[in-house]
Amino acid sequence: MKKQEIFLMNNDIKDHAALAGIFNRDEPRVSWHDETLWWVRAKRDKAAHTIPDWEQLRETASQIKHNVLSNLSGYLQQFEENARKNGITVHWAADAAEHNEIVLGILQKHGVDKIVKSKSMLTEECHMNDYLQQKGIEVIDTDLGERIVQLAKEPPSHIVLPCIHKKKEEIGELFHEHLGTPEGNADPQYLTYAARLHLREKFLTRRVAMTGVNFAIAETGEFVVCTNEGNADMGAHLADVHIACMGIEKLVPRRKHLSVFLRLLARSATGQPITTYSSHFRKPREGQEMHIVLLDNGRSTQLGRKDFRNSLKCIRCGACMNTCPVYRRSGGHSYHTAVAGPIGSILAPNLDMRQYADLPFASTLCGSCSNVCPVKIDIHDQLYKWRQVLVQEGYSPKAKSLAMKGMTFTLSNPARYRLAGRAGRWALKNMPFIVHNKMNPWYKQREMPAPPKQSFREWYKENREK
Amino acid sequence: MTSREKILAAVKKNQPEEQPLPGLNFTAPADGVLEKFVSVLNAIGGAAHLVSGYNEVQQIIEKEYDTGKRIISLVPQLPGGMPDAGADPHSFEDVELLIISAPLAVAENAAVWITGEMIQHRVLPFITQNLAVIISRDSIVPLMQQAYEQIGDADYGFGLFIAGPSKTADIEQSLVLGAHGSRTMRVFIL
Repeated sequence: MKKQEIFLMNNDIKDHAALAGIFNRDEPRVSWHDETLWWVRAKRDKAAHTIPDWEQLRETASQIKHNVLSNLSGYLQQFEENARKNGITVHWAADAAEHNEIVLGILQKHGVDKIVKSKSMLTEECHMNDYLQQKGIEVIDTDLGERIVQLAKEPPSHIVLPCIHKKKEEIGELFHEHLGTPEGNADPQYLTYAARLHLREKFLTRRVAMTGVNFAIAETGEFVVCTNEGNADMGAHLADVHIACMGIEKLVPRRKHLSVFLRLLARSATGQPITTYSSHFRKPREGQEMHIVLLDNGRSTQLGRKDFRNSLKCIRCGACMNTCPVYRRSGGHSYHTAVAGPIGSILAPNLDMRQYADLPFASTLCGSCSNVCPVKIDIHDQLYKWRQVLVQEGYSPKAKSLAMKGMTFTLSNPARYRLAGRAGRWALKNMPFIVHNKMNPWYKQREMPAPPKQSFREWYKENREK
Repeated sequence: MTSREKILAAVKKNQPEEQPLPGLNFTAPADGVLEKFVSVLNAIGGAAHLVSGYNEVQQIIEKEYDTGKRIISLVPQLPGGMPDAGADPHSFEDVELLIISAPLAVAENAAVWITGEMIQHRVLPFITQNLAVIISRDSIVPLMQQAYEQIGDADYGFGLFIAGPSKTADIEQSLVLGAHGSRTMRVFIL
């Protein structure tokens, strides 16, 4: 099955395990994906170890974000007031639909039907590109990785490395088809240069640019956008209108707090000491119009969930994905949500428990995500807690509920437990096909150990009498 | 109720009990900031030159860049065109080299700080093919904490840390210098 088919599947409910199964058909690609992300994780470790205060930085960042969450309504109003004083128009969007309507309204006011956009996971969350396209607006993603997945008609598979699932030969083919590069050329240097020329033309001719926001400062009404490519700035400084979209949790209280987050962000993401550009937008340039859209879309609900509110501290570095043994071997698309991986799996159920009931189970609960998180979100604890909530609310798959009931029946009675153990050992030895078949997911990509001759209880009874 | 009122009411109702802000006390290495700045800049794809004066900078510029193409210099001691304050930002599309000075640099990440007011046109450091920055060795601080202490509550319209040339590793994690912004960055340290 081709990648695109995954997104064309018209299933009502998508399932991580099934989508991961598709990804796992190509074993060499899975190994390559796994190793590439682990390499990024190793770079993160190296960068973190050069900072003696690393743990103190993480703790400080976590506490600053805790303060932000505890006074978010105050900071939001302070930010709005200061941004307005700076000449920025502030919009409030309760949900994705309202966000998209606000953006469309600004574009229609200016009579614009072509825009450039730098990376914004928030616009992915709102499915804004599709919406604008239906309204006749062309959106060009300008981050190289995002442009590549856009040409391939796929969503990003990683929040920092959008086309990490693609081989350079596939990218060469895409560029040959869409940008006219020579057939068979898959040299990253050459392809990047071709994209530079292709996108420069877009930057120079588009009148509206959209960007995301990494941090917004309540005290000053400014916002910071971090990129390595310079695409956010090329768009924003050449356009007549700059629209920046942010979730309401992106605030930090004071400008000086950036010193903590900018030290953590790029080191956690890619192992760089800082991104090439950290742009502080405070006022529109003369003659320019600047808009900020503040989006809730379930964030205020998550804030009220005591066990899960810490997920709103996330600064979108992607470290939890790079380290996750499940993400690395199942690919970002298997999470069927804008933000994949461990953090995405605790954010998504808040939006829709039914649609994303599978995601908190797509984890081994090994805890590596929590250990690398720069703002110390207890990610694996939250994954575990979501499982309890989902089962209590009746969102666990029927087969799993039935199996759990069967386990409870067996394990709650010693005689039944002994009988089941004996029956299992006998079946594994004499009729292995009963369990060793396609119906049993434990046998996928796995050989089971030989069945023991006896249980521990039987062995203990025998040996104690000796 | 407007969305603004709805969001603010929901946030206020759901936010936890007020938590205090932590202090920002991080240990800064006292010496070696110049060496650190130079080694980090090299590691991120930039180049550093320790120079004794503007004459030496000029010699390096003549050797390293195509001076037949358009050069904009915002440093009075170095030759190059000055941008027209009212110019359309698109008109800088053909700039080969931008020369600017920066008042502040950070050793731990080789970033230099500039504001829109210092460069007149915000697009300049991005749209130029190559970037040259003049800094003073006394202006290098060890960590971002000291950098923001110096920036303080400065009233800028646009502020920017630049660390190295623009880059991407989006294709199979192969690092390529020169994505959309400047393809090279040279820092001259006086």
